[in-house]
This record gives sequence, structure tokens and C-alpha cells, in this order.
Amino acid sequence: MYVSPIREPLIRGEKNYGQVTKEILAPMAGKPSKYWYMGITLAGIAALFGAWATYQTIYYGIGTWGLNKTVGWGWGITNFVWWVGIGHAGTFISAILLLFRQKWRTSINRSAEAMTLIAIACAGFFPLIHMGRLLLGFFIFPYPNTRALWVNFNSPLLWDVFAISTYFAVSLIFWYVGLIPDLGTVRDKAKTKIRKAIYGFLSFGWTGSARHWSRHETVSLILAGLAAPLVLSVHTIVSFDFATSVIPGWHTTIFPPYFVSGAVFSGFAMVLTLLIVARKALNLEEYITVTHIESMNKVIILTGSIVGIAYITEFFMAWYSGVEYEQYAFMNRAFGPYDWAYWIMMTCNVITPQLFWFKKIRTSLVATFIISIFVNIGMWFERFVIVVTSLHRDFLPSSWVMYSPSLVEVGLYVGTIGLFFTLFLLFIRVFPVIAIAEIKSVLKSSGDHKKAAHHE
Amino acid sequence: MNKDYITAYYYDEDVLLKAVRQLKEKGLEVLDVLTPFPVHGLDKALGMRRSRLTRVAFWGGAIGAAVGFLFQAWVFTKGYPLNFGGKPFFAVPSFMPVTFELAVLFAAFSMVFAFLIYFKLGPGAKTVIHDERITDDRFLVVIGVRKEGNQQEIEQALKETGAEGITHNV
Repeated sequence: MYVSPIREPLIRGEKNYGQVTKEILAPMAGKPSKYWYMGITLAGIAALFGAWATYQTIYYGIGTWGLNKTVGWGWGITNFVWWVGIGHAGTFISAILLLFRQKWRTSINRSAEAMTLIAIACAGFFPLIHMGRLLLGFFIFPYPNTRALWVNFNSPLLWDVFAISTYFAVSLIFWYVGLIPDLGTVRDKAKTKIRKAIYGFLSFGWTGSARHWSRHETVSLILAGLAAPLVLSVHTIVSFDFATSVIPGWHTTIFPPYFVSGAVFSGFAMVLTLLIVARKALNLEEYITVTHIESMNKVIILTGSIVGIAYITEFFMAWYSGVEYEQYAFMNRAFGPYDWAYWIMMTCNVITPQLFWFKKIRTSLVATFIISIFVNIGMWFERFVIVVTSLHRDFLPSSWVMYSPSLVEVGLYVGTIGLFFTLFLLFIRVFPVIAIAEIKSVLKSSGDHKKAAHHE
Repeated sequence: MNKDYITAYYYDEDVLLKAVRQLKEKGLEVLDVLTPFPVHGLDKALGMRRSRLTRVAFWGGAIGAAVGFLFQAWVFTKGYPLNFGGKPFFAVPSFMPVTFELAVLFAAFSMVFAFLIYFKLGPGAKTVIHDERITDDRFLVVIGVRKEGNQQEIEQALKETGAEGITHNV
């Protein structure tokens, strides 16, 4: 097979298949390091703060939040949209890059998909908790009931229920189908009987037969084909929550593409934040190389620029529409009482990612890590700006108010971050973080020694 | 497998692929090939058909879309028509998101379940694991032995292709 000499090898170091198995399974074996314990303790404390806030919300009700009659949507929906957006990177990496035959995805797809699942779980928590009376949560599903009533299929909030639950379910089976062969590897490498039994159960009796592999590849490809439009639909529908309303600042047709690119943008930032630490901590630097980081940074430049253009387009359209309410909403965003949030958003999302045009910055781990945090913060503020600045000065100046979150709201947000890291840390102990079989299948064409042979 | 068979392994997928083609040419019965990762070209060498899973996915998706659309249409025109600000009861555009989501959901699940059920894979499935190293770095071929007994011929052919660890399961 011809391999371009310009392309960097995807996997560093001369490796054989046995080594790949051993090195990727290494983080699962033995006792966790003290950093792992420190991490999970911190994350656990944050999650406990969230548990307290959840208790407050359920016991006393939504009154414990800082919402008021003008700002009826605050941190809750901000966090929901933020988490769903983060989830999009995993599906983008595993589905869209698979369809585009991007081989570099093989090193990062497993952990990115795990991140997706955890992020959707964190996102789903907010719509549930904001109901206040969680016991009645099943009201959102259409089920036959004595009132003979059904749910409102014309409502974007109901579309969200379907979009998010389908997204979670399909992401889960996509991820698990990909895991089955690797779980077979874990089973066959297991030293103790209990471990063998557990992973034997989880691996669905995988044998590695060529027949199974062939169909497994078909299934993966079709699932990718299904997940690709699905992931685009999810954030489109999330943006409909705003776009189908009549609030100035929300009622715009640009929202679906703008939300989707923003979602991929923030998701890649979170993948980078996680993987820059994980590759170091788990000794997987030869699998997740600087080339991978650089490729992800290029996606960040692209999606970040789309987001930047969207911000400017919104402003232009507000002026060009000639609707003074729309114009006021945008002037208020940029120069009103919440201008600090707007300019944090502009700086973090529009300016900082542009630094990636420099190869030095794009290939620097420290710079990438810092910028990825900036993007995470910026994208959170984007949702905050959209939600709060559009609402806080509404139709009657007498009801104009300011909004700030209560401790309970902060607790819920911090709690989901804690939950996210707790689950991610458990994931790296329980499942292989890199798709072993997929790495082996690209090892020959993209490994180091093959490359060397081509240079001669 | 209630049949007699011989297994042998290789260390490299290119050697394996060549070997499988040679073994097939010699008219030997290659029952199965076990590999740690998908080897491209092996499905053709083994004479596998094009997968029909794509059709399962298509029909699953079609059923999902039909269920989603017809249910919403029934609810809002017959089941319990509600007036939302004078908007039409049969509002096709606003039924689309749920229709689409259900199409994807049904397509994905029907295909994955078809795959698992067809191959009898699933939580705690009882399958024969010939060699624990095949999920690591070995490529195993399983050759069926004919009734009249052609072990000698098989062993000879395997050795010619560079196979190692020839094991009889007679």
C-alpha cells in the first residue's frame, strides 16, 4: 500500500501486536496510582456537593434556585446545552471521521465516545431535575393514561426528549459494539477467575471469527452512517428550544448550524482537556501523539471560526432586520449589564482558538491544554449569554431584573462536573481506553517501522 | 463444531491472507479464521456473501419512521386533537423530528440485535474459544477434516504456508 511520506505515523515506536495489547491494557491492571485516587476523591467531593443540591431542589423545590419571573431559564438549561454540546465530539470522532476514513480517529474514538455517554448523562440530569417533582418525570413520555392525554408533539421540548434519549441509546450501542472485541481481549488476558467470568459475560462470547468481524465492520459502518445525521439532529433540536420561541435574540434561523458547530467545538476542547492528561497519566503517549492533538486543534480552528462568524452574523442580522427589539437585545448583550459575560465568550471562543493557526502553538501540549480550557469556559458563557441576556430585559421595563444563581444551582453544576470525572476515572479502570483491535488494524499502514521502510 | 478439525496459527495478517487463499485453492475446507482484528480481503477469500444487515437496518428504520409518524398523526387528528393556538392538527413539519429520531433508533437497534442473534452472541453466550491468543496477536485457521481422513494432506499444506502450532482436534 502506498503511504505518503509526508504523513506522520499515527503510532510511535516499533511495536508488534502483542505489545499493543499489553500497553493498552496496562492502565487496567494492578492498583490505581495515587493520582487516580486523588482525582476520584476530588471528583467525588464535587459530586457530593451536587447530591446535596439535588436534595435541596427535590425537598424544597425549584424555589431554591435563583430564577425569577423574568429569567425563567438560568444555569439549568445553560448546563444542559453545554453538556450535550460536549457530547457531540465523541460521536463526531467515531461516526463522521469513520465515514471520512480518517485513520487518526482510532486512537481517540473509544475515550471520546465514553466521554459522550457520560456527558449526555450529565446533560440529561438538568431537564430531569428542573421538573422539581422528579417522581412525575415519566409524564414527558407518551404512554397510555387514564386522562387519555398525549404529550405535545409540536413542542421542541418534547422533540428534545426523543432526540436526547435516542442519542444516548444509539451512542451506547455504537460504543458497546466497538467494545465487544476488546472486551474479548481483556477476557483472554485476565489472570483471575472472577475477572475472566465478568469480562467473558461482557464480551458477549466474542471469538474473533472472520465471519463475525466482517459483519461487525458492516454494523459499525452503518451505525456510523446513522449516528452522523443523528448527532447533527440532536443539537439542531436543542437549538429549536430557543429558535422556535418568539424571544428577541432567540428567534433566528441561524441557530441550528451555529449550535452544531459550537457543540463540536466545545466537545473537541473537552476531549483535548481529558486526553492531554490521560495520555500522560496512562503512558499512552505513543498512541495519542502530538499528531492527534494537532488534528483535533485543526477541527477547533474550523468550528471556532464558524462560531465566530455566527456571532457576527447574528449582530448583522439584528441590524439589517430593522426590528428594534432584536437590535436592542443584541446591543444589550454586548454593552448591557451582562457585557462581561459576552466579552468572556468572545475572547474565549473567537480569539483564543485563532492562535492555533501557529504550528508552534498547535503542537504545544501546554498551550493546547490552556486553550482547551478557555474554549470550555467560553462555550459555557455562550449558552449563558444566549439564555440570560435575552430574558432578563423582556417586554415590560417594569419587570427587568438581574439574575444570579443560588448556591443550589452552583452545586448542581459542580456536581455534574464531579460526576463526569468520577465516571471517566472509573471508565479508564474498567474498559480499554483505546480501541485495541482498531489500532492493530492500522498499525501496519501507519505504524512507525512501516513508515521507516517507505522512506528508504 | 461436532466435526473433526485441525487448527494452526500465523503471526502476520498478510501471510495469513495468502495462506487462506492457497488452502482454498487446494480444495481444503477452511471452517473459520480467527483474527485479533478485521483483516480486509478475508471475507472475499472465504467466499462470504455481501452482508444483509444493511437491509435489516433499512427496514428497521422504515418501520421506526412509520410508527413515529403514524402515531403522532393519530394522536393529533383522532386520539385527542388539541388546539395549539389555531395551528393545524395534522402538522407534518412538526412531526418530523420525532419521526426521524425513531427511524434512527429502530434502524440501529434492529441491526445490532440482528447481528447478535444471527451469530448467537450476547451476554454470557457460550462460544468455543479455540485459542486465547487470537484476541492478542495470533491469526488462527480452522480446517475441517474430511470423513475419509485427509489429515496428512492438511498438515502438509499448512506447513507449506508457514503455519505454526498445528493442533489436531480429532
